[in-house]
Amino acid sequence: MSLKSPIGRARGLGSAKDGLHHWWMQRISAVLLVPLSLWFVYSVACLMGSDYETVVAWVAAPWVAVALVIYFAALFYHSQLGVQVVIEDYFHGSATKLISMYLMKLAHLVLAVAAIFAVLRIALG
Amino acid sequence: MAEFTLPKNSRMVKGKEWPAPAGATNTRQFKIYRYDPDSGKNPQLDIYTVDLDDCGPMVLDALIWIKNKVDPTLTFRRSCREGICGSCAMNIGDGRGTNTLACTQSIDDFKGMISIYPLPHMPVVKDLVPDLTHFYAQYASIEPWMKTQTPPPSRERLQTPEERKALDGLYECILCACCSTSCPSYWWNGDRYLGPAILLQAYRWLADSRDEATGERLDQLEDPFKLYRCHTIMNCAKTCPKGLNPAKAIAETKKMILERVG
Repeated sequence: MSLKSPIGRARGLGSAKDGLHHWWMQRISAVLLVPLSLWFVYSVACLMGSDYETVVAWVAAPWVAVALVIYFAALFYHSQLGVQVVIEDYFHGSATKLISMYLMKLAHLVLAVAAIFAVLRIALG
Repeated sequence: MAEFTLPKNSRMVKGKEWPAPAGATNTRQFKIYRYDPDSGKNPQLDIYTVDLDDCGPMVLDALIWIKNKVDPTLTFRRSCREGICGSCAMNIGDGRGTNTLACTQSIDDFKGMISIYPLPHMPVVKDLVPDLTHFYAQYASIEPWMKTQTPPPSRERLQTPEERKALDGLYECILCACCSTSCPSYWWNGDRYLGPAILLQAYRWLADSRDEATGERLDQLEDPFKLYRCHTIMNCAKTCPKGLNPAKAIAETKKMILERVG
């Protein structure tokens, strides 16, 4: 219950003067992910049934390693931008929102670092 | 959390089935949402049988027929009966309903029983009358009038035919709220998200060559909730009874905000 006027309620806290960066980065990373995902899926399909040495040699090849690092960075960056929108949509101004956002971003950071670290470790020996 | 189920006191229960008109041969059944805040009862779905030989062709004609001949307590908004005032926006359908204007929706477009509900996810004042206070306040918040610094000319403010053309598809909006109340983003975050109707109206002033406050307007719109809750779901464009495309206006607004940083 509030006796605040309708226009006061509609104006709320005013504009955050933010949102473009998030929106634009989501699109940029999506465009980058189209060829990279196709390449990744195609490559993994081709490697199906290969032995351990062949796969490690594939990852260690310089251009493959570079592409994999960019792919994982873009993938997890894009994913956390997307899940952020889902949390903002469905959790409203509560502690649940803050905690789930924090855990979600942390999980993406851990996964991204782990994936990139694994590629570098193989590529750099 | 967003609410996905209706609160206990808003859940619909079976209503009254009103007797069919005596001697009518060409009839159609209407299932209509009834809610009376004074009764303390849950909303109910009443079934009415309308004599189509005694009634006009549109859904609004049937509602008026019911109010005049069967049940004068049935409450709904209507005015122009020609799709220009936007008063009779409601959710109508023979299966899944669509938000549209009762006055321009032909009864013949449906097969079987026609269900009529108030615009979705809005507080209900009574029966088919939603509370649009916040919707109108959001409209006021975008300051929908021409803002200029140039002293007023002694005659009209001129536009080229191309500049005038930029307002086509925008000026036709009648603010009936069909689009905003069909938008899941507006359902979950309507307190902060401006919704398709208000954003189309905001773009109507951004697109107007005579307006001189474009930057100021974009400043006010650039917000994760006011504007960027639009996820191009496109229900707005699908439901608009005037055939407009609010999603496109929103996309153009996002493009303008991008344009000024690069």
